[in-house]
Amino acid sequence: MSLVVLRPGTLTTLQDRGRYGWRALGVGAAGAMDEISLRLANALVGNDDDAVALELTWSGPRLRFERDTLVAICGAACDARVDGVAVAGWRPVRIEAGSELDCGVLRDGARACLAIAGGFAVERVLGSGATDLNASIGALDGRALRAGDRLAWNAPRIPLHARRWSLDPQPWFDAHADAPIRLIAGSHAGQLDAASSAALHAATFHVHADSNRVGIRLEGPTLALAAPLEAVSEPVARGTVQLPPAGRPIVLMAEHPTTGGYPRIGQVAAVDLPRIAQRRPGDPVRFRPIGLDEAQSRYLARERALERLIHSMTQRLADD
Amino acid sequence: MDAIATDDWSAEPAGEALLVLRFGSTLDAALNARVHAFADALRDARVDGIVDIVPAYASVGIHYDPRAWEGSDGMPWRRLAHALRAHACPAPTRRAARAVQVPVRYGGEDGPDLERVARHAGLEPVEVVRRHAAAAYRVAMLGFAPGFPYLFGLDPALQVARRAEPRLRVPAGSVAIGGLQTGIYPRELPGGWNLIGRTPLVLFDARAEPPCLLAPGDDVRFHALP
Repeated sequence: MSLVVLRPGTLTTLQDRGRYGWRALGVGAAGAMDEISLRLANALVGNDDDAVALELTWSGPRLRFERDTLVAICGAACDARVDGVAVAGWRPVRIEAGSELDCGVLRDGARACLAIAGGFAVERVLGSGATDLNASIGALDGRALRAGDRLAWNAPRIPLHARRWSLDPQPWFDAHADAPIRLIAGSHAGQLDAASSAALHAATFHVHADSNRVGIRLEGPTLALAAPLEAVSEPVARGTVQLPPAGRPIVLMAEHPTTGGYPRIGQVAAVDLPRIAQRRPGDPVRFRPIGLDEAQSRYLARERALERLIHSMTQRLADD
Repeated sequence: MDAIATDDWSAEPAGEALLVLRFGSTLDAALNARVHAFADALRDARVDGIVDIVPAYASVGIHYDPRAWEGSDGMPWRRLAHALRAHACPAPTRRAARAVQVPVRYGGEDGPDLERVARHAGLEPVEVVRRHAAAAYRVAMLGFAPGFPYLFGLDPALQVARRAEPRLRVPAGSVAIGGLQTGIYPRELPGGWNLIGRTPLVLFDARAEPPCLLAPGDDVRFHALP
């Protein structure tokens, strides 16, 4: 059971929910940038939400399938076609052996996840199938897909017939690139100078073209601390907003280093990480403050809602 | 936000799934030894819902699953921080520290900044090599990239600021000085530290067991290859 990559797309990588347990050695989690799209795409084809799928960036791949299968694409909308016939996202799509899937260009976001029934069968490196491009860790020696690559998948857990229903992307995907991103105050937020402190929540930043899976770089007003800070390297997390000396904030993303020495001015709320992961270069980013207690409550509520949804999808896939 | 602290650390949340326990704010070997003693003990305690324990210079990062710490008496971050207060901070008895010998080809193509470090220190290059290889080092933390060791123990005379223009490609195995820190690039990486030599040892291999040559708390000695 395998497929052949005819065209790799801009940056297509194998991803799961990430590599955990190795950060003390400097090995980061990596994993899908938009974790919600990964989990829902997997659920739509009957997989565990941690199964290995493809993460598409900007434009997707063209793939030839050698066996019948089901796939699902969640995240940014794309002009996906199977043998020239348009197929929708957010639903299980049946693909016949010999067919070609061309994912085309992504439209209202930066990334999408393509899951396949059974999940891609790849080598687990340090317990995960996630690709860390920056550290060259993962299947395919930690690189993105290339034309000519062959990818195999595991036995599907559901029958491979077409389904007539699809999933409503709301509220799981936010096509509004201007909605505010909620920000928890960071360790050094109180040390910003008055103008920078005001600008952090009032200004509109824009996603810089150099943004990638390591971090989203923001252009906008230059921010500065009231006094220089000698910070020693400390553990950081996905969503940590660092302020390097040049004064342009960086939001750490999937492949961020495990520790960082730059001042930490904020932390993007976990519920908004999939949303900021979908911003494209030039898209606006505005921050709105949120307290940690509220952010953590919202995260727990989202997880409960997502688990309920995935459970009901699993039932439905088994029944029809 | 009310602080949760013990005599040893204060807890600072960094988002919904990371708690940083800060033991101090300086680069200090004794402080770092306490960090490792606590991180080791906590790892041995196998606390549910903790995903990763990351010792750094003066802090321990605790990545956790907030769902595992839900409860009626407070938010997960607060409940975890309170629970951690019950974990003693053991005296940093030197657990059988591993001693790792790192052979280095100093200078030449392997250490293009050796002359610069020597000029800055007012020493002959051969004396820089002698002093770098004479000191006893300790792995303070791993970070920046998989397997990159930050080492304590550099002779202060060899302290040199980072290069103004970082290199886009530092070769794997490069032994380097950045300020008062010395370290080894585990793979080809961009970097701003001063390169004084290169080791043939492999510092990180994701498919090896264990994947890292060096672990936090290890003792390290360099010796010059002819």
